[in-house]
Amino acid sequence: MGEARDGVKVKRVVFITVGTTCFDALVKVADSQEVKDELYRRGYTDLLIQMGRGSYLPTKSTGDDGSLAVDYFTFSSSIADHLRSASLVISHAGSGSIFETLQLGKPLIVVVNEDLMDNHQSELAEELAERKHLYCARPLTLHQTIASMDLNSLVPYSPGDATPVAKLINRFLGFPEES
Amino acid sequence: MEKNTSCFFSNSSPNLVITCFVAFITIILVRFLYVIYRTGKPLNKRTPQQTLSTLIVLGSGGHTAEMINLLLVLQKDRFTPRFYIAAATDNMSLQKARVFENSLADSGVKGISSEFMQIYRSREVGQSYVTSVWTTVLATAHALWLMIKIRPQVVLCNGPGTCIPLCVIAFIFKVVGIRWSSIFYVESIARVKRLSLSGLLLYKLQIADQFFVQWPQLQRKYPRAHYVGCLM
Repeated sequence: MGEARDGVKVKRVVFITVGTTCFDALVKVADSQEVKDELYRRGYTDLLIQMGRGSYLPTKSTGDDGSLAVDYFTFSSSIADHLRSASLVISHAGSGSIFETLQLGKPLIVVVNEDLMDNHQSELAEELAERKHLYCARPLTLHQTIASMDLNSLVPYSPGDATPVAKLINRFLGFPEES
Repeated sequence: MEKNTSCFFSNSSPNLVITCFVAFITIILVRFLYVIYRTGKPLNKRTPQQTLSTLIVLGSGGHTAEMINLLLVLQKDRFTPRFYIAAATDNMSLQKARVFENSLADSGVKGISSEFMQIYRSREVGQSYVTSVWTTVLATAHALWLMIKIRPQVVLCNGPGTCIPLCVIAFIFKVVGIRWSSIFYVESIARVKRLSLSGLLLYKLQIADQFFVQWPQLQRKYPRAHYVGCLM
């Protein structure tokens, strides 16, 4: 905020992550002018892409000319740090990335990889989208989702709890209930 | 005379073999039906001091994270020693399990005993079916070898395909009386509408003693499953 008062723009980073997968369709669409313009219009200043095993290289940009700054990398051991400093996360549909982002309380758009053979992953994204924890998009509809999303309408995700399973397992094995 | 005795022997020994064979098959069948009958029935009461050796099957793609969330709330002093198994091509999962076990040691949980093992997979993604016959034989033999070494009393798994041979072997151990074990299967959180192939097999074949799902839709479809809410 202090920076903003001095006339320097506040950084609002969009972080795109594909995990350990190869998801060129997402990287490509994120690199399209359509999506970049839409993100800039929504007030984001930086786009950081974790591109995983993909081969499509986005065009880097410093963002000096009044547009979105774009940068990318393949893998990093500090994905959590990138998620934490992001204002918006766009992720592949892997459950690891989804729950890590939701538990940090970050707004999330999940993009489903339509090229995967056994596409059970869309089930989870669609279910969580129905419960308003995130937005679910396809590569071709990403720019529409960005244009129409209302981040205030998202419902915070409360972390799950494994104690019901543990209780049932203990009961089955004949262990006494813990008081 | 000689002719008679030889006749007698040649007649009786096949009979004996057949009788033994039939008896053996009958015993195995009865034992098999008993195991089927006992599967899913809770065990007798035990004291909290008793320990159970526990096999934990890990897998990439979110499986390991969910499993560790479950282990966090399980009583570590009851479920010990712990044996972790992950696919040989999966480098991350055992690493995460080691970090988890080390954090237990640091937080002062006493009597920690854990082992980490890798298992061959019967078929890698994209492998041809011709070579996968040989790799399946190899993977099954390896799974059997590991299970003979571990002989777990509790098996915890949540989805990766590597759990199928291990659970089937645990079931066979029950039938032949090597080790009685309880098999718990938690379907992955990523499965909202349909079970995974591993889950479907363990549910339909009734190998799992208790079967947990994380979404209510799945419980409606598979009524023997327990709905337990999300683990993540």
